[in-house]
Amino acid sequence: MACIEARGLRKTYGSAVALDGVDLKVEAGRILGLIGPNGAGKSTALKAILGLTPYQGELTVLGRHPWRERDQLMREVSFIADVAVLPRWMRVSQALDYVAGVHPRFDRAKAEAFLARTTIRRTSKVRELSKGMVVQLHLAIVMAIDARLLVLDEPTLGLDLLYRKQFYDNLLDDYFDGSRTIIVTTHQVEEVQHVLTDLMFIDRGRIVLSCSMEDFEARYLELTVRPDQLAAARALKPINERQAIGRCILLFDHAEREQLAALGEVRTPGIADLFVAVIGGRTQDLRGAA
Amino acid sequence: MSSPSDIVPGAAPRADLPGRATASVAPTPTRPFFWSVRRELWENGSIWIAPLSAAGVILVGFLLALANLPGRVPSFGGRGGVRHALPPEAPYGIVAVVLLVTAIIVGVFYCLGALNAERRDRTILFWKSLPVSDLTTVAAKAFIPLVVLPIVAFVVAALTQGVILGLSAASAAASGSKLAALMTDVPFFSMLGVLAYTAAVVAIWYAPVWGWCLLVGAWARRVAFLWAVAPPLAICVIERIAFGSSFFAHLIGSRLNPPLAAFSAPAQGRMVIDLGVLDPVGFLTSPGLWLGLAAGAGFAAAAVWVRRYRDPI
Repeated sequence: MACIEARGLRKTYGSAVALDGVDLKVEAGRILGLIGPNGAGKSTALKAILGLTPYQGELTVLGRHPWRERDQLMREVSFIADVAVLPRWMRVSQALDYVAGVHPRFDRAKAEAFLARTTIRRTSKVRELSKGMVVQLHLAIVMAIDARLLVLDEPTLGLDLLYRKQFYDNLLDDYFDGSRTIIVTTHQVEEVQHVLTDLMFIDRGRIVLSCSMEDFEARYLELTVRPDQLAAARALKPINERQAIGRCILLFDHAEREQLAALGEVRTPGIADLFVAVIGGRTQDLRGAA
Repeated sequence: MSSPSDIVPGAAPRADLPGRATASVAPTPTRPFFWSVRRELWENGSIWIAPLSAAGVILVGFLLALANLPGRVPSFGGRGGVRHALPPEAPYGIVAVVLLVTAIIVGVFYCLGALNAERRDRTILFWKSLPVSDLTTVAAKAFIPLVVLPIVAFVVAALTQGVILGLSAASAAASGSKLAALMTDVPFFSMLGVLAYTAAVVAIWYAPVWGWCLLVGAWARRVAFLWAVAPPLAICVIERIAFGSSFFAHLIGSRLNPPLAAFSAPAQGRMVIDLGVLDPVGFLTSPGLWLGLAAGAGFAAAAVWVRRYRDPI
């Protein structure tokens, strides 16, 4: 059974279309990156999956209807919606007491063990913690919940590089075990590239790209072309072209690695570069048509 | 990063192996309602701070009066040397009334903020990430004015009255008056009974007020207090202009006053110190109580529904 399955998922706010007939399938045990520009429909899709908003179309999460069966669903689903949503008045010990009191799958010892590795004190109030520590606390709580699906919506927004790296390291080392499913949205795509197993681009309420990271690596190649080979490289129909430090970098979809290697330096592109090529290209098409 | 064998992104599910996820213990029993109430008490210190402050103010006043009039038990009536003939139980009545009114005011503002603040500070996203239903959440919030506040008001008022009785006794003893006379003048325990009864009755009688305030707080983006007050006021004005009547205004007015049906006729309008004038049967059989409870339940149900749909502000 797929962890998440959607067919024709649609959501409108008045005349604005947030989700325009989304079809998607996320198998259990995957780490999916849902990437899209602001207002693309990422948050709406996550809200529908978490049963926070009604929608049209078909959607099942862990075999349940997320809007109608939200209360049962939330026993098996965790989410970090925002870095700043832990109650500022709450003490760390109270947060642990409360979650232990309401969540049947919360392992307090595990949360305590994780917190012991940080400098967070049990007696501190959330308002006294730094932003990075609040995220660590939230992560400690969420990782101690034996959930089948974890949804992370911009979990590292506003954190410095060290905290961001630590966040994903902790997630992989201490939480992900191959049977849980994780969905993450972020704008810091380079940092999650090595974390993801699957990639999905969403733009204006539609899925514009969906592939596993193996497919991604097999399919897309980036060529830093030698100046004398530029014309030959362009003849192979790159999907995007950009300049960097005087060199021309071309992005190819379904090209032969050997063929490109003769023209310059070949490597796997970054998600960010593909994102610019796919979404940026769409935006330009739209502007050109207008 | 751990060793590669530890994390295998994209590896086949290995639920059959004793992995971390599967090794976890069986689901532990939970008490969502109990913990939801506890978290309300953590967050809202005003539930006990406001009654204690009110009691403190009264005690300061009583002590000053005692110091001012040595040897005589103050009855709160003294001003500029002229003392009104107030009964000796008057200070106890003042304590009871002040604490019940405090509980009502705290209850109104608590209910207005209960489902509003969580959207303002976006913590609703945290609460909703846990398996606590909207119904449990709203029920726990309604529990505060219905049960917790009257108990707090009763306990604080009873303690304050006890302190006043003790000070009065000490003062009486110092001036050579008879202690027994004081105890006959002040029927302390029957007053406690009346206090407990009144606190419970008022909390239930106000059910539609609590429900309405919870609903408005869940619905309004800003100025919840104005939204709570303006529509009833508008209905009163429209009714007055259109029909020249004030049925709705009387409805609201009778709801905001203590329920007359809860006390037998002779007590009405005077201070109740005698358990005999309490009329629980009359209260429980009065249609106003049940209509009010139905309205309160309706408002609370609407608040549950609104909380499901509402986004953070």
